[in-house]
Amino acid sequence: MLTALSLVIGGLLLLGLAAVPLARRPAGVRVVHGGCVVACLLLVVLAAWALLAGGGGVLALPFGPPWGRALLALDGLSAWFLLLLGVTGAIASLYAMAHPAAQPGAVPPFPLFLAGMAMAVVAADAFTLMFGFELMSLASWALVAADHQQAENRRAARLYLMMAALSAACLVPAFGLLAGHAGGFSFAALRAAPPTGWLAGGVLLLGLLGAGGKAGLAPLHVWLPLAHPAAPSHVSALMSGAMTKVALYVLARLLLDLCGPAQPLWWGVPLLVVGACTAVLGALRANLEDDTKVLLACSTIENVGLIAIGLGLALAFRGADLGPLAALAAGAALLHALNHGVFKTLLFLVAGSVLHSAGSRRIDRLGGLIHAMPVTAGCALVGIAAAASLPPLSGFASEWLLLQALLAGWRTGDIGFQVLAAAGTALAAMAAALAAAAMVRLFGLVFLGRPRTPRGAGAHEVGRLERWALIIPAGLTLLLGLLPGPLLGLAQPALVALLGPAAMAPARGFALLGGNGEVAAWYLPLALLLVLLVAGLLVALAVRARSPLETRRGPVWNCGFINPPDFLPFGDPLSQPTAGGIAQPLRRMLGTSLLGAREAVDMPRPGETRAAGYTASFADPAFGWLVLPAARLRDAVAAQCEKLRDFTIRRCLSLGFGTLLALLALLAWLEAH
Amino acid sequence: MTFGQLPYDIAHLLGGAMLLLSFVLLYQRRVQAVINAFAWQGGVLALAAAWQGAMQGAPELYLTAVIAFVAKAVLIPLALRVIVRRMNLHRSVETALGIGASMMAGVAVVALAILVVLPITAGARAIAREDLALALSVVLLGMLMMITRRNAISQVVGLMSLENGLVLAAVGVAGMPLVVELSTAALVLVVFVVAGVFVFQIRERFDSVDTAALESHRGEGAGDGWRGEGASEAPRGGGQP
Repeated sequence: MLTALSLVIGGLLLLGLAAVPLARRPAGVRVVHGGCVVACLLLVVLAAWALLAGGGGVLALPFGPPWGRALLALDGLSAWFLLLLGVTGAIASLYAMAHPAAQPGAVPPFPLFLAGMAMAVVAADAFTLMFGFELMSLASWALVAADHQQAENRRAARLYLMMAALSAACLVPAFGLLAGHAGGFSFAALRAAPPTGWLAGGVLLLGLLGAGGKAGLAPLHVWLPLAHPAAPSHVSALMSGAMTKVALYVLARLLLDLCGPAQPLWWGVPLLVVGACTAVLGALRANLEDDTKVLLACSTIENVGLIAIGLGLALAFRGADLGPLAALAAGAALLHALNHGVFKTLLFLVAGSVLHSAGSRRIDRLGGLIHAMPVTAGCALVGIAAAASLPPLSGFASEWLLLQALLAGWRTGDIGFQVLAAAGTALAAMAAALAAAAMVRLFGLVFLGRPRTPRGAGAHEVGRLERWALIIPAGLTLLLGLLPGPLLGLAQPALVALLGPAAMAPARGFALLGGNGEVAAWYLPLALLLVLLVAGLLVALAVRARSPLETRRGPVWNCGFINPPDFLPFGDPLSQPTAGGIAQPLRRMLGTSLLGAREAVDMPRPGETRAAGYTASFADPAFGWLVLPAARLRDAVAAQCEKLRDFTIRRCLSLGFGTLLALLALLAWLEAH
Repeated sequence: MTFGQLPYDIAHLLGGAMLLLSFVLLYQRRVQAVINAFAWQGGVLALAAAWQGAMQGAPELYLTAVIAFVAKAVLIPLALRVIVRRMNLHRSVETALGIGASMMAGVAVVALAILVVLPITAGARAIAREDLALALSVVLLGMLMMITRRNAISQVVGLMSLENGLVLAAVGVAGMPLVVELSTAALVLVVFVVAGVFVFQIRERFDSVDTAALESHRGEGAGDGWRGEGASEAPRGGGQP
């Protein structure tokens, strides 16, 4: 099985090479993406097989770093994330097959991107993991930078590359600390020598910065809202659905698995705090953005925060020796990772279809697309309802589990952690509510109402293949929402890999089980669906019984405005709400303090003939506190280095001579000791 | 083979003579004297190579010795003399770094070389250790000469002297292939030709072989016209605005 897996990864790498000549003609692009679909489906099969039948040992590849061979293994955790990668990768590749109009430069890195993620997930030694992780980072950078004609895309790609470099600069020392302590790079050797004391603290901090930055945890989330709109739609779907999850996989592998089971309770606290802040910040920004892809990227930040809360709780509960609760929290995190991967892929693909068909990403230029694109709108509704965590869809199941775990936070017995868990519960609930508001705003403005531009009015339904690329993830979202119990049963090996052999998935049959057995809390999605169907039927019957007349379409009430004149065929633009208008209450309530939102009304004085103006803006605090100081530091260092260029020839030679002498002196000093 | 045995002592003596000549190079301020000292150093290098050849029973080292003698003790000094005569530099004296300071720096550099080499080569033969320490000292003194001089010709001589140190190290180690030495010698000749051309070019443009004259013409400002325009551009002495 591992041999087949390594062959699939090798095939993807070869496909990346073959894509260079193939990308020149549409048929070749189709072949490349078709190959990616096949490879991803194979990954799904292998992952499901490993989850059901056990992954089996470690495969040593016949090549590797100079000191050994690259190791691959497929334990429960790897298999779970490989399943996620396969599903989202297959959907995104299918969508890409339907859209061969992409930039030719964006074709070759795509299989490499998939191969890098797969390699990072199935690696069984630190070197292979970092190799895959960096391949993933570089390939996705190439994809973000594919459309580099526009300055904003170049800027996004540059920031993205810097963030990827920061991740590597933190993760490599983290694994280095572990490996130096353990004396080997294989996961088995690392597991055998768990770090303690300051070493463990260093690994925690570096892992959080490195993997968290790649996953999009605050305050290193700044690249997500810039990079996602810059990349082609199927790539942003994959980046959001799979790549952030690979980073979370590295985080879980590093902190829960490799650092050993004996870490104390407070280990979960940083993840819990950072996750809660990330979730609220992302959800709030999602309410204020007016670009569909940026909005979805902010929603990804929120969901990554929720998953991080789950991982942090699992760490804390394990430290407090509460095995069932740790399984509950870890199960919530794993399930939410899968669910979010699928529905966010769907939503990004919908955003891509809307961009392609209606010509814009800006919400204020869309509207009324449900008439022109009914299938897309239906699929979008499924994804949006899942993202808004409405039952019985997939988002609700995992967020319900997460809230159950948070509500059980008082059982740790540590007063500080109890307070934190209570605050985390409030923040997670607030994030879920804000996300629901953002999703309602997105769907309402994009698909309901009237078209806002002529280009938007000319939208058409997507083609057949593209339609399937939307219907399949929508169906999966429904299915995952209805069958969370069996899914968690499937995730049992992953829980064992995270928490030890005693871990039991918090599910019985088709039901999810909250609490640890004493506090009974059940979620039965099938029963809930039945109740909803019956209730809906009853309402429909009651309505029918109360009003036996035929339904009639009346004139639309347009908020008291008069009917638009003939030269405005799309209605008076002022009579429809705008993205900024719907965002205003939340911007005033929360944005002022958290995001530094500002509003200004520019009113002309009596007698002036210019128009009045209204501007509203906000800024992510991470930009002001982190990115701008870092940029200033970079400029200062660069200015210092620039001075070297002005050196005379003799001073340049002296610099080399001095360096040589210093190195020789160091050598002499080392020999003397 | 250790102290007190003739082969060792002579090899040691020749290496020591090269080091001494390096100090002489560092000490001299007149260009002609520098060239003389360099020629002497080349001659001693040829002797050292020949002695090593006799000692190691390696006939190819005789070839190295001949090359070193012809190139470094005869041809290059002659060529340098021609340059000096053509440029009328007979009387030029330069004072980049004081004699006392450069001597002290030279002594410190030699001490550092010995400190580094002796412990590293603890297992090797005594002669190889001494030879390496001396060769490294010569290399470092050559570099020191390059940075303490302003005159382009002195800098070229410093570079050549540095290469002498490399050849000394190469002949001291038994079993160094002849190809390496031949290619090094060829490289040095090429470097010499290039450096000579440069010296002429510098002289032609700036009426001086002081490399400091180049410095006002660096950078990417609007004032420098000579980059990329070729030789037709008239030299500018004023420097950047």
